[in-house]
Amino acid sequence: MPVPRWMRVLLGSYGVVIMLLLYLPLVAVFFASISKARYLSFPIRRYSGAWYGEALGSATVRDLLLTSLLVAAIVTVVSVVLGYFAALAFARYRWRHRRLFQKLVLLPIFFPQTVLGLALLMWFNAIGVLPSWQTAIVAHLVWIAPIATLIIAIRAYGFDPMLEDAARDLGCDEWQIQREVTLPLLAPGVVSAGLFAFLLSWGNFPLSLFTTGADSTLPEWLYAKMVSGYSPLVPTVGMLSVAASVLLILLATAVAMLRGRFATLGRSSRTGPPVPEES
Amino acid sequence: MSVRERRLGAFCAAPITLFLALGFLAPLLVVAAFSVMPSRVFDLAHVPDFSAFVEFVQQGYWKSLAWSIGMAAIATLILFVVCWPLAWAMVHVFGRFTQIITALVVVTLIVSENIRLFGWSLTLMKGGMIEGMWRSWTGAGFDGLLYNVPVIVFGLVYVYLPFMLFPLVQGIAMVPADAPHAAADLGATRRQVLLEIELPLASPGILVGSLLSFVLAAGAVAESKLLGGQAVIVISDDVETAFTYGQNWPLGSALAIVLIVLVGSLALFALARLDLDTVMGRAER
Repeated sequence: MPVPRWMRVLLGSYGVVIMLLLYLPLVAVFFASISKARYLSFPIRRYSGAWYGEALGSATVRDLLLTSLLVAAIVTVVSVVLGYFAALAFARYRWRHRRLFQKLVLLPIFFPQTVLGLALLMWFNAIGVLPSWQTAIVAHLVWIAPIATLIIAIRAYGFDPMLEDAARDLGCDEWQIQREVTLPLLAPGVVSAGLFAFLLSWGNFPLSLFTTGADSTLPEWLYAKMVSGYSPLVPTVGMLSVAASVLLILLATAVAMLRGRFATLGRSSRTGPPVPEES
Repeated sequence: MSVRERRLGAFCAAPITLFLALGFLAPLLVVAAFSVMPSRVFDLAHVPDFSAFVEFVQQGYWKSLAWSIGMAAIATLILFVVCWPLAWAMVHVFGRFTQIITALVVVTLIVSENIRLFGWSLTLMKGGMIEGMWRSWTGAGFDGLLYNVPVIVFGLVYVYLPFMLFPLVQGIAMVPADAPHAAADLGATRRQVLLEIELPLASPGILVGSLLSFVLAAGAVAESKLLGGQAVIVISDDVETAFTYGQNWPLGSALAIVLIVLVGSLALFALARLDLDTVMGRAER
């Protein structure tokens, strides 16, 4: 069914408008971050980058950054490991309780995060664990490990089981099959799961709010400042946090593209034809 | 072969199952246990009296629940109407542009919800980007656009857009390309193709998208706090208050349990009707 030209134009402009709306608030935050005034009011009369200097020089911000970074890094590693095996059980192997297992993994994603955070707080209290950034890691994992599982599972669904059988017929043991066949084939999924895990943990607020105890992450600090009145450091630190995320994505994309180029040159005989990248 | 897969499946599922049992199911049991405790106790060694549920009915907490559910339902409906044309175009019209849109939407997803909502409050407040610009062009200002119910629904629509958009794209991509063609050849109008071919065949995507948006929106709190001011109190806000200022864990737990049971049964009901393997398995685009 051909799509008439006027409809293509209409849909195209609709897409552009929605994208502009998606980014409009970030534009506002950006302008607020370079406004010189202590009390923000549009239109902005005088611009200055002074708040960035102040934010980068602040010891509080540095501590928050370190805590957030540490939490996100550990969450990334653990959720990728958990998610890798879970994805195989989710998508690849046929076993008895698979349907039930799929539902168990999906449930935390569908769960209100505020309530999850509070539930964990009560649970830590009940078993006598004092909340700190370590408990926040557990909280993040409850939500992020299932998401990592889903991302890797999408990759595992497109996986040809014959490849594993062939490897076994050629004399590989279970460990060799995992190392030589399964892991390389799932690698792109593992990388994007890791990326997502890091970024979701980095930006998470509702789970951190109740589970960090006396410690604080960047999004928590931002929220506390937002509800207690305007501070010029909020848009600045917010912008810095966004910039860090975008930088990480660009870096990951660049590495992926470079590796893809080398892979097609050298290793194509080992892993078969290049599998199309999912977006 | 099948013995191997059965063993490997159970083996691979074990770590995350154990983790979720300890980090997800056990905390839920604690919440359930606290919800039946007498008011304002901080441990479970008391005789259950279900007083918190009585309070839920008598103190009008059900109103917050109704607001949450109502706003989530409206937001989900709006999201479906807004996202369908975009998702359809991403599958059938945009070509290369689809990847750009996907990337742009994913990037917003990783910016903390707080920062984006803060951005909207800077945009919509009195003296904010819209009102301020309008005032400097026309000389006449108006009150800010914040602190009412529609702006909360707008915030929900904004924040949960990716959760509707991507499942819809997936659902529409699952419609066999021949089906609309065949229907059109047989004389179906565009409207009939949409209503009788595309919507039913894309229904797994619609179901997943609606479920995700509704469930997340029903539990949301930041939108009503940052954009809505005190216009309405949502249920998650009540839960939070009961735990923090109220220091009444049983009440907070009871409110949480009501929300969980409502939302959880809806999620399980919908998930039972879905074949996850088909929804996700055809995901490679």
